[in-house]
Amino acid sequence: MRSHPGACWRQKTLKSWRGCRIWLLELGIPGLARSETANGLALVSPAFLYALLMLAVPIFAVIIFSFWTQVYLDLDKTFTFDNYREAWSQPIYRVLMLRSIAVSAAVTCVTIVLAFPIAFYVSFHVRPSRKPIWILLITIPFWTSYLMRIFLWKVILGFNGVVNGSLMGLGIIEEPLSFILYNVNAVVITLSHAWVPFAILPIFVALEKIDRSLLEAAQDLGEGPAQRFLRVTLPLALPGIVAAALIVFIPTIGDYVTPRLVGGPNGLLIANMIELQFKKANNAPLGAALAISAMLIVAVISLLFVYLNRRHLKDRG
Amino acid sequence: MTFRKLSWLAFYTAMFLVFLYAPVILLPIFAFNDSKIVAFPLRGFTLDWFRLLLEQDQLHSSLRNSLIVAVATSLISTTLGICAARAAARYRFPVKRGIMGLIMVPLVLPEIIVGVSLLVVILQLGMDLSLWSIVLGHVLICTPFSLIILTTAFSNLDRSLEESAFDLGGDRWSTFRLISLPLVMPGVISSLLMTFTISLDEFIIAFFLAGTETTLPVYIWGQLRFPGKLPSIMALGTIMLAVSLVLLIFAAYFRRRGERRAGAVAAGGVF
Repeated sequence: MRSHPGACWRQKTLKSWRGCRIWLLELGIPGLARSETANGLALVSPAFLYALLMLAVPIFAVIIFSFWTQVYLDLDKTFTFDNYREAWSQPIYRVLMLRSIAVSAAVTCVTIVLAFPIAFYVSFHVRPSRKPIWILLITIPFWTSYLMRIFLWKVILGFNGVVNGSLMGLGIIEEPLSFILYNVNAVVITLSHAWVPFAILPIFVALEKIDRSLLEAAQDLGEGPAQRFLRVTLPLALPGIVAAALIVFIPTIGDYVTPRLVGGPNGLLIANMIELQFKKANNAPLGAALAISAMLIVAVISLLFVYLNRRHLKDRG
Repeated sequence: MTFRKLSWLAFYTAMFLVFLYAPVILLPIFAFNDSKIVAFPLRGFTLDWFRLLLEQDQLHSSLRNSLIVAVATSLISTTLGICAARAAARYRFPVKRGIMGLIMVPLVLPEIIVGVSLLVVILQLGMDLSLWSIVLGHVLICTPFSLIILTTAFSNLDRSLEESAFDLGGDRWSTFRLISLPLVMPGVISSLLMTFTISLDEFIIAFFLAGTETTLPVYIWGQLRFPGKLPSIMALGTIMLAVSLVLLIFAAYFRRRGERRAGAVAAGGVF
């Protein structure tokens, strides 16, 4: 060991390293036994404490904040339900909230319907050595600038955009199609495009896990391709579909960029209102109450969805 | 019958890829189009929009800000990711699933919640919004990605290699530095590149947490309101697209190399 070229350097820097190396790596906390548990906890603690301080504590702060009141430039810190009363009773917030949930649900359905055949194709009809390339190909658009992608959908769907331009050029339509820009449909199309890679991945992973001999067994027992798909492949892919649904449904509720760029006046969603309250309207406590309400609704719907799915699986035995 | 069904599926997949890549393909087309209006029909080829980018000072300062934020974010989140991934792959400890779950939560949380909650805390503490408040938010959403990449890297690590290093007289630190770290290095580089890319393109959190100094996506958001600026924004988007692509391809390359080096069968691609 002494003859190792790194040994000399190591001797020299050993003292200065000693202080920080405890934090950096798994030497454990001095005085504690270097047990599995201590090592594991010491290593995971930086990321855990970061998530605790920057996520759990701030979300707790937002909850407290939502019970305060904004009085012009000052905050009234007496506990009140007024913000929630306003958030749940005013028609404008109710309309935006319901529209947001409807849009998120529509986007979830569209992405899963779009994603399933792709995941199925890559899992069952692509050679194993080619699969990583296919997955890369599907995920690349996700890594490009989010703003630019959304803006380009505005160009594609616009009145003299790609879709209308080509359809009119081919003589299929005479007037530009107006149902695909500055309304809810445009929001659903654009969001589905943005989230579809996230839906493909969990379904793909679930399909990859299916034991291929089960499919052969089904075939040997006389099942046709359609029956085999419905009775073997689809039930086994269900966990992936559920994961995909949650991964798409939950974050979609928080998007305010897409509705702003392609939604027009009737396509705005609850996240736009939250952004407005925090920024221009300067009523952060109301914004906080709206954000917490939206999160609660999404959480309840998600839990209900998972519960129903579990029960469905149990019923099938 | 089987052949026909397969060809339908292949046809659908091809159409899907067109749908998926439509914006990415259109971006460079409009960046080189010689017209102030971003729409068809195309007018001709020009490099003017790229030349315009060189003259905008505000763009240059936001580019510098974005680079600062992205470098800081990738370094911090990858460091957190290395520690947590090592813990996840190697050790057992109490409430492991809960702890790992909390670290992964930002992956499924709406980004507006991350932005709003950090904004509330920073303003209540009486601190000013700056580039560092953006870094705080970005580290939060980047750490899960780093953790996913590095957990694969550390899980593929053959434990007997570390044990042999111990047997040959190495201590824990030298074993980690000389044996484990070089073996997971491709994963570390891949994580640095991915988190850098995410931070560079992130808008929703940056918009909430930006003070007077803006990042590149926040600058772009401001410019989208002015129709006259759109073609040069397309040019800027094209450059960002190219940079993201190069970084991603490198990230994927390092990841696969790491998997091969650790002796595992390559699978899964970026995720």
